[in-house]
Amino acid sequence: MASHTDARLDAIAVPASTPRPRPSRAWRAALLPLLLPALALCAWQLAASQGWMAPQILPAPEQVWASFVELLENGDIAANFAVSLHRIGMGFLLGAALGLATGIALGVSNTAREYLDPLLRALFAIPSIGWIPILILVFGIAETLKILIIAKAVFVPIVIHTAQGIRDIPKTHLETARVLRLRPWTRFIRVIAPASLGPVFSGVRLGLGHAFIALIVVEMLAATEGIGYMMVWGRKQFQTDIVIVGMIVVGLAGFALDCALLAIEQILNRKVPPHG
Amino acid sequence: MADTAWQGPLAALSRIPPRVRRGAVLPAALVLAWLAVVDTGFARTPLLVPLHQVLSAPFVDPDGRQIWTALAASLARATAGIALGASAGVALGVSLGLSRPLQRGIAPTLHGLRQIALFAWIPLLTAWFGTGEIAKVVFISLSAFFPAFLNTEQGVRAIAPAYWETAAVLRLRPWRRVTKMVLPAALPAILIGLEIALLTAWIGTVGAEYAIGVGRGLGSFLVAARELFRMDLVLAGVVALALVGYACNRASRHVFSRIITWRDR
Repeated sequence: MASHTDARLDAIAVPASTPRPRPSRAWRAALLPLLLPALALCAWQLAASQGWMAPQILPAPEQVWASFVELLENGDIAANFAVSLHRIGMGFLLGAALGLATGIALGVSNTAREYLDPLLRALFAIPSIGWIPILILVFGIAETLKILIIAKAVFVPIVIHTAQGIRDIPKTHLETARVLRLRPWTRFIRVIAPASLGPVFSGVRLGLGHAFIALIVVEMLAATEGIGYMMVWGRKQFQTDIVIVGMIVVGLAGFALDCALLAIEQILNRKVPPHG
Repeated sequence: MADTAWQGPLAALSRIPPRVRRGAVLPAALVLAWLAVVDTGFARTPLLVPLHQVLSAPFVDPDGRQIWTALAASLARATAGIALGASAGVALGVSLGLSRPLQRGIAPTLHGLRQIALFAWIPLLTAWFGTGEIAKVVFISLSAFFPAFLNTEQGVRAIAPAYWETAAVLRLRPWRRVTKMVLPAALPAILIGLEIALLTAWIGTVGAEYAIGVGRGLGSFLVAARELFRMDLVLAGVVALALVGYACNRASRHVFSRIITWRDR
């Protein structure tokens, strides 16, 4: 009987203790993530060199690379990227300003929340893809359309996170402010703003992520320049290499944006610990 | 009790809780303004269409009645795409959660691919699969796949070590371990993933139809309405888009919360 329980205890103990990774294992662990992309690249190269697929469908890796270098050197990527960046910047400023103002109003004032919440919820239920045809009819496919779509994409998460962040401030903070008889403005600057900075910034981070997606969508559907348009144009010319270059640029830009915002968020969290 | 009905609409209004009453003020004001300015004929441009026209378009207007077949086509397509994408996502998420080497080998690639904004796949998919049904369903599957996969993977990884140990002690075979331990333990996370997947896949459905433009569907309906400069049809289509999304979300939440209640009991 005793040996039986011991066996059970051993079985429990085994998965809990993690053996130290040996050097060869560490190597394998580092190389393993690269295995699948390497295999895919080999298959791609093989398919292209054997001519299994037409170059309009699957251009050879070196052709994609050549197009990438060419588009980089002749400034096409830079020019389209600059246009996209300008749009995202303008849309972000507009959406973030309106979103912060609305979110603060909803977070601070119960009255504002009761009056605005249902209307905003209904409007938030409409995705960007729904706003695009409406706004095209109103504004055409000019810059206004793109900036408004991006602003809307930024607005939604910022409003939600700002309002929630302010409402989640511990009661004790607000009570302290009341005991100290802080004026509304001082209370906002000294208590509410610092205490809700974390969630507000995660709203901003989410907003920029959504803005980037909205940018690609609106540029693909209604634009004559920009990174999204470059891909659609490549598709129309049956130049799949340009399409793939566009996807790589979109992926890298999205990744860089995400990393930068995550880094800022971590710095902010270190400076202002959440509700500490 | 019956008297209250005779005390006029004001009394009836006062019985509505103040929260609801206040929330209704702005939407009601907007609707009234719309009715007063546009439906009365005070201002009418091609862009300012009367509210009654928007609401009646799906039933009366010959072009507007197309919305029902379009909606049916979109829903069928979305269902197919979600079924494919979500089941692939859950299956892959579970298998990566079970096997460390598999996780190390595949997860980074998938997380890398996720950095590409979903819509950016459409040109490549149309180059590969044409502008027909396949490209759309593949895109919808892709948009359902990522949230299902990510949440499942996280859910499986978050299973408490005690559960794994218990499964080891009981010497459960791999298949029973998945069905009796892993799936139930990760179910809440999986269901959240499915909830997100439903919504993104619905938006993806309309987006793909809108971008590709060929064939039936709510997205193609919106494109056609926009090209005809029919604001009433565009608005009706957008309302349908939002309502279906909202209904899917509410329905999935309701069903999923019923599935999970056993955990609390």
